[in-house]
Amino acid sequence: MPDQPGTRTEPPYWVDRGRRRGLAAWMMSTDHKRIGVMYLAALLSFFSVGVFFGFLMRLNLLSPGALIKAQTYNELFTMHGLIQIFLFIIPGVPVAFGNFFLPILIGAKDMAFPRLNRLSWWLYVAGALIVLLSLVIEGRPPDTGWTFYAPYSIRTPANISLAVFGVFVMGFSSILTGLNFVTTIHRLRAPGMGWFRMPAFCWTLYATGWVQMLATPVLAITLVLIILSRVFGIGFFDPARGGDPILFEHLFWTYSHPAVYIMVLPAMGIISEVVPVFSRKSLYGYVAVAVSALGIASIGYLVWGHHMFTSGMSDTARVVFSFLTFLVAVPSGVKVFNWVATLYKGSVKLDAPLVFALSFIFLFSVGGLTGLIIGSLAPNLHVHGTYFIVAHFHYVMFGGAGFAILTALHYWFPKMFGRMYSERRAKLGWLFLFVGFQFLYFSMFILGYKGMPRRYFDYPPEFRTLNIVSTVGSWILITGLIIIFSNLIRSLRKGPPAPRNPWGGKTLEWRIPSPPAAENFRTAPVITDMPYDDGPA
Amino acid sequence: MVDEARTATSPEDAGGSPIDALGKRTGMWFFLFTELLFFGGLFLLYSIYRYKFPADFHQAAADENLILGSVNTAILLTSSLAMALAVAALRRGEIRRSVRLQGTTIALGSVFLVIKGIEWGSKIARGIYPNGPTLLSLKNGEIIFFGLYFSMTGLHALHVLVGIAVIAFMIRFTRRGVIGPDRYARLENTGLYWHFVDVVWIYLFPLFYLIT
Amino acid sequence: MDGSGLERRPDETALSPNGTYVAVWAALLVFLGLTIVVARIHVAPFGAAANLLIATVKAALVLVFFMHLRSEGRFLKIMLGVAIGALTFIIMLTFSDVLFRR
Repeated sequence: MPDQPGTRTEPPYWVDRGRRRGLAAWMMSTDHKRIGVMYLAALLSFFSVGVFFGFLMRLNLLSPGALIKAQTYNELFTMHGLIQIFLFIIPGVPVAFGNFFLPILIGAKDMAFPRLNRLSWWLYVAGALIVLLSLVIEGRPPDTGWTFYAPYSIRTPANISLAVFGVFVMGFSSILTGLNFVTTIHRLRAPGMGWFRMPAFCWTLYATGWVQMLATPVLAITLVLIILSRVFGIGFFDPARGGDPILFEHLFWTYSHPAVYIMVLPAMGIISEVVPVFSRKSLYGYVAVAVSALGIASIGYLVWGHHMFTSGMSDTARVVFSFLTFLVAVPSGVKVFNWVATLYKGSVKLDAPLVFALSFIFLFSVGGLTGLIIGSLAPNLHVHGTYFIVAHFHYVMFGGAGFAILTALHYWFPKMFGRMYSERRAKLGWLFLFVGFQFLYFSMFILGYKGMPRRYFDYPPEFRTLNIVSTVGSWILITGLIIIFSNLIRSLRKGPPAPRNPWGGKTLEWRIPSPPAAENFRTAPVITDMPYDDGPA
Repeated sequence: MVDEARTATSPEDAGGSPIDALGKRTGMWFFLFTELLFFGGLFLLYSIYRYKFPADFHQAAADENLILGSVNTAILLTSSLAMALAVAALRRGEIRRSVRLQGTTIALGSVFLVIKGIEWGSKIARGIYPNGPTLLSLKNGEIIFFGLYFSMTGLHALHVLVGIAVIAFMIRFTRRGVIGPDRYARLENTGLYWHFVDVVWIYLFPLFYLIT
Repeated sequence: MDGSGLERRPDETALSPNGTYVAVWAALLVFLGLTIVVARIHVAPFGAAANLLIATVKAALVLVFFMHLRSEGRFLKIMLGVAIGALTFIIMLTFSDVLFRR
């Protein structure tokens, strides 16, 4: 077979061939692979900053009697949330792995709008820097929580307008990315690749793209209104001027709930790619898995009120939103069942990508099932605003989408960077990460159930033991992250060269060299089969 | 099975070929969907607050000048006609006519903005603006009404301004032959944007001017 | 190059005769006049509903004829429906709160 190490004919995509060199060649590039790699580096850098803020928060909560002032703690959890959500997990899988692999997976040269893709990248960087600027410039860092609830977000003297403007810019980036992905999937699939011959990951990127386009603009207008309220005194959310703060929550969550599907749908797509490869079996129920992505996106659009059960909404609304929330569990369950069914009687190879993927299935299920508890009206009244919620969303966002990013990294690292990493170190890092994760977050379910509120800088002595467990868990988890990332970073230079198809995958990216050349395919592929059926490995 | 021996034979499977006018137009429609949801948030707020303060809205709307509003609506509708004709002219190869019609669109859009400025100026001069003295002395529902008025017509006017700038670029492209009868996607897309801005005003007009 | 021609390439939009565009414009102005008259008659709450209906008719005219929606594929029309539906659902669900507050 051609494309063994040493026999490639074209240089990797990272070699500059045009007029520009170095940083300019990268920042001005419209090549989806370069853009994906740059996004990945930025994402992981911001993630580290967010982890550091989380580390400080847990340090403060190690024992009763706070180490830092309440105001500082408010700023910490606000910036932790803003960074991890808007700078890391929402862009997340789509901008790093979607950008790198979507055109390859559908047999295209690049995205439908490569220059728009570059604009998305620039907007992401600009927005992220603006958000981080609000942390360091004169005035207080934002202290409202990442949710910016009115009226406090209108009245606090902190640097809210700047942070909110940064998020607005990033939202624009997200909208354009979604627009690009959806158009690309519509227009650029290779000959013979019908909709139901597309890899499942592409289906999730498609559904996510629609959510990005139809939900993010509502956040955008909400952010604009925060700025208008702060700067011009427009009182839509100010009761003194006839405004209703609950309307802020409606507008905010109308985006921010679909946002969690932006986070988790592509993540689920990764799992749908990895599980079949490491079971050496076709994805069970491919059509159901594809359609369930659309189902999650659609129903997920209509459930936002479950964040507001204690806000003062009408009983009618609460019943309606609770019912719809239960509905969205159905397509999610379809995916979980189909992954498990794929593994069943498969020839399972427990390599690092699968280890992370299996963790996703477990952690996401825990998070999802606790979501049903929270989605029920009566329990919600007790656990809203407690650590139960914090545990739930860390299980789905970190245990889910976060672990999916790690899965994708370990699955596609050989393809993207042309190197293999140490399996042993990857699994060791996983062990620390997984164990630390349980200590850090499971204890929070119990703390919340026992009544410990979230966003509090201190707590009464009765919660001491569990908080110690949680904080120690954070240290174990961070150790795991360090092992995992030092393994990958080291392997960039020192790992053994990767073969074209180390895992025996059947999708198109495994037919081109590791790493790919600047031009994805020498000749446009023609598809004649389902994505996971037998073919030359 | 994947057969890599065949080469790309049509623009559609060349991946990213610039000939894909349908792709570009689809992308533009998608962008308009996002704009619909963007304005939609404000329309949501309007509908809620109108439900809550029907009498106050009724009273506040008396401040609107129906003649100026109607004239502005007619102007924007006519500018849409001019834009549609401009695209058609370009497709038929009538370059100079297209340029004139694009210029007409800009002129009408500018008149719209001038009239809007006059309306705003009148209100501001009388202390009716966010945090203004007269405004704060009004009833809550009226304060909300004018908050919505300035936000929604302001956001709309911003979109008109951007549209005018984009059409100015299109005139340049038309004159230089960058766009033409066989490459009219950019002008068509500009037209889509301009018509969308017109549709937003078609709804804003009754909501602010016709509820007394 | 008439807009109804089946010889049109799939990526081309309808190209109507200028008269069609002018006729649509005239209809829009008529509806504008109608909506002002309806407002003047003060038939609340039907006046508000009627004016929104007229606005929708005007918007539909712009969409179908000026924006060439009539020559677009089925997919795009469906997705337009989805976008409008999304906004409709958002407004309806929010009203399920506001309408029924005690």
